Amino acid sequence: MRSFTYERAKTAIEAAAAVARTPGAKFIAGGTNLLDLMKLQIETPTHLVDVNGLKLDTIEPTPEGGLRIGALVRNTDLAADERVRRDYAVLSRALLAGASGQLRNRATTAGNLLQRTRCPYFYDTAQPCNKRQPGSGCSALDGVSRQLGIVGVSDACIATNPSDMAVAMRALDAVVETVRPDGAGRTISIAEFHRLPGDTPHLETALEPGELITAVTLPPPVGGRQIYRKVRDRASYAFALVSVAAVIHQNGTGRVAVGGVAHKPWRIEAAEADLPRGSKVVTEQLLADAKPTHDNAFKRPLVERTIGAVISQARS
Amino acid sequence: MRFDTPATTNPIDQLKVVGRPTDRIDGRHKTTGTAPYAYERHDVVPDQAYGFVLGAAIAKGRIAAMLLDEAKAAPGVLAIVTTLDMPRLERGMMNAAYLFGGPVVQHYHQAVAVVVAETFEQARAAAYLIRVDYEPEAGKFDLAAEASNAPLVGDDSGEGSSGPPEVRVGDFEGAFKAAEVKHDESYTTPDESHAMMEPHATIAAWDGDQLTLWTSNQMIGWGKRSIAKILGIPAQNVRLDSPYIGGGFGGKLFIRADAVLAALGAKAAQRPVKLALTRPLIANNTTHRPATIQRIRIGANRDGIITAIAHESTSGNLADGKPETAVSQTRLLYAGANRLMAMRLAPLDLPEGNAMRAPGEAPGMMALEVAMDEMAEKLGLDPVQFRILNDTQVDPENPNRRFSHRDLVGCLRLGAERFGWDKRNAQPAQVRDGHWFVGMGVAAGFRNNLLTKSAARVRLDGQGVVAVETDMTDIGTGSYTIIAQTAAEMMGVALDKVVVRLGDSSFPVAAGSGGQWGANNSTAGVYAACVKLREAVVQRLGFNSADAVFADGAVRSGNRSVALAEAASAGELVAEDFIEYGDLAKTHQQSTFAAHFVEVGVDALTGEVRVRRMLAVCAAGRILNPKSARSQVIGAMTMGVGAALMEELAVDKRRGFFVNHDLAGYEVPVHADIPHQDVIFLDEVDPMSSPMKAKGVAELGICGVGAAVANAVYHATGIRVRDYPLTLDKLIGHLPEAV
Repeated sequence: MRSFTYERAKTAIEAAAAVARTPGAKFIAGGTNLLDLMKLQIETPTHLVDVNGLKLDTIEPTPEGGLRIGALVRNTDLAADERVRRDYAVLSRALLAGASGQLRNRATTAGNLLQRTRCPYFYDTAQPCNKRQPGSGCSALDGVSRQLGIVGVSDACIATNPSDMAVAMRALDAVVETVRPDGAGRTISIAEFHRLPGDTPHLETALEPGELITAVTLPPPVGGRQIYRKVRDRASYAFALVSVAAVIHQNGTGRVAVGGVAHKPWRIEAAEADLPRGSKVVTEQLLADAKPTHDNAFKRPLVERTIGAVISQARS
Repeated sequence: MRFDTPATTNPIDQLKVVGRPTDRIDGRHKTTGTAPYAYERHDVVPDQAYGFVLGAAIAKGRIAAMLLDEAKAAPGVLAIVTTLDMPRLERGMMNAAYLFGGPVVQHYHQAVAVVVAETFEQARAAAYLIRVDYEPEAGKFDLAAEASNAPLVGDDSGEGSSGPPEVRVGDFEGAFKAAEVKHDESYTTPDESHAMMEPHATIAAWDGDQLTLWTSNQMIGWGKRSIAKILGIPAQNVRLDSPYIGGGFGGKLFIRADAVLAALGAKAAQRPVKLALTRPLIANNTTHRPATIQRIRIGANRDGIITAIAHESTSGNLADGKPETAVSQTRLLYAGANRLMAMRLAPLDLPEGNAMRAPGEAPGMMALEVAMDEMAEKLGLDPVQFRILNDTQVDPENPNRRFSHRDLVGCLRLGAERFGWDKRNAQPAQVRDGHWFVGMGVAAGFRNNLLTKSAARVRLDGQGVVAVETDMTDIGTGSYTIIAQTAAEMMGVALDKVVVRLGDSSFPVAAGSGGQWGANNSTAGVYAACVKLREAVVQRLGFNSADAVFADGAVRSGNRSVALAEAASAGELVAEDFIEYGDLAKTHQQSTFAAHFVEVGVDALTGEVRVRRMLAVCAAGRILNPKSARSQVIGAMTMGVGAALMEELAVDKRRGFFVNHDLAGYEVPVHADIPHQDVIFLDEVDPMSSPMKAKGVAELGICGVGAAVANAVYHATGIRVRDYPLTLDKLIGHLPEAV
């Protein structure tokens, strides 16, 4: 870990301004991802702005009948919230499928959205990685890539977004609220929030320098059977090979977002009209442009099968 | 004490203390944080500085130069020692990789420098500032690609499985050709990491030319000799102390870079240095279980009698490294007149392959016992029956040599009964439970029992307290407790009157922990020392030694009874002895046996495999403490599930290293993966093994588990996977279509 300076922000705007004016500054909330990366010198911030004191830790109803989740609401608390469990069960289930109890106690809603990939080459500073060191090359493309992305990938990067929570939020059409260093707020739809790698895999979100997430809002409840199915090599405490967040209505229509396959939660709304026709036809559309590696070609049938499992579960 | 004739009745047979499911005597220390592990021994020496090891960033090549200016100027840095500062150091015992010194990089993450600083963070930050100029060379990293050129190489794992390059009995090829039913398949097992909880860690301090290492090491005697050899100093100048060890699994049998670099760093900084290998270094800097490619051929007549059996294994290693002795158990497990065993070794430039829990048998059984399952199906025989049918009570290579005691058949029969094997449908892929395919699998377990010299010292004080001192280690196994039980039984005192001190090289040299030899040999050494102490007590108290009885804290003969403490009233009594062995292990084959039963569910759509229940029935001589032995077997079964379903060091075959070098990438089972586990020990003794009549059990527990899981997956799905681990990607292509 390189030495760094540290301050506690008193307001969101102050925090945003502090990060914007200090080159190499970063926000810190739960720290469950950032601190690990700092120990390995994958992240080397010069200055940390602690946002834990910003009181952004409440869950409030919105005038439209949805929920506004403060950026600092811990994953444990969000998963346990009665309204979330009742009206947005897929989100609660996704949260509880992630990490461990200890990590969920610390990890925040905004931090979860910003967690970085688990590509093993990203984690080894002796190896080229365009995400860690732009222009150095991608070791994963022809390397060990079993866990990595199959769709929306580029020649520069095949990393995946490791979040479970974000996959559920994608299915729920969540909206990210932010504040910028100049004090102006804006909203970003979850669909637009995470970027594809393209030629700039080090740029992972739509956030501008210093822009701070203040909340995530969920639209009014959509009903349906809400299922989160996470497929992994062991029963707990592992990142998804493939995960599916689904809302399925009685008539078989619904929504489906897929995790573990791309640089962002993967959803194609147009494909969802075919949900009543089964997983095969939906998957064909979702993964029409897939470019799997030899190691992760199994993810294509696995997506189809996991969506199939979710449809079966919804019908049962 | 020399043990060269089978044991007769002795004080251990009273079983007042030995054989009882006693709680660990060190349990309170473990659960209250008062059992300090190597890195936490803050009080042993003042002024400890921190060391951080920098690993090589290439897999093979040379270091042209190292630039240290920035690192040296970094805050808190006390000293930096680089591999260019000295010629290549000697290697310790039984290691292939050179740990430090010289410009040659032999494998990825080989140590190239140690930075010593006032704090851990300072040492780590400075290490990242070292600029290394590498001259990389092409290397060989792909076992499958090198296998066809691999020469025959024999060896001894040093842990109980061994063999010449090739063993031939009868005419295998002829008999196999003539066999009515044949099986010929290849199986692969991946590289695996020990992934123990406690990383390799050492505090080193010099006092003049005297070096003390507070470390985490399974084999204190080996360690003392090895560090002396590596550093080029006399062994008598070295002390190792390793009272508590947070798991080893064979990864801490040897002196590794933590100990060497703590010592070098301490010398350079002129301060005691504490140092732990970071988690990423465990996979590539230390040792691992090497991958294997195994071919098994079995021929039998229609009645299921094996007439020909061949097991050939290929593994890879660094130059001077050993093959994985994966064919060892096949020499002994089943009958069959015509036999062929062979081991081949491919030179590779991956990190060093070496012993990991049950080296040889663990991966060997994962192949052999799947082949047996496949053969049983071809024969239309129940897999339990097929194994019973081919049991042998003699060494198949030398039929005059009997097993000292062998009850594999008893394990299989009792296990089948307890597991409900008779309810198993002989046809695979017949049982559904919701979205799960359900199947049951069986495998035999087999692991040799090793006899090795082991010494101990026992002291009796005026309060009647018996203290045992031996350099035996407790790697979480329960050594403290069974040694205390042995001394209590021998001296006729309660367990709370026994103190056990372990892991210090100033104590008599014991068997150490490895190859499941620790329990039987170390307690036999304590037995021998206690026999001497009893003689001293009897003499001091004026008894006739032939009929003195030690019980209830007193010595009794006829009508006379004297408190044991009396014998030390004029001063402590001390006795030291060792157990050493005659030819019983040569005249008789000593092995341990088990039957493993597993039920799995396989998700019909996603191919996820989840274990539903497990049973191990073990025949391993006298069980010294059924509670700690059960824990050992349960842990081994869990590790067997890991090997079957998820553990794999993923090789980057271009860059030559294990990519998933942390516990997020290298997955081992978590609680949610492990269902109800049962362990049954057959009630038996083996008088050939030692006066304790016990044998090893901790590695037996892993041998065969992986195959039982794989056989259960086949039974559940009808899909036979011969490449471990059995991850879902190897299954889904063969499962029924999704909706």
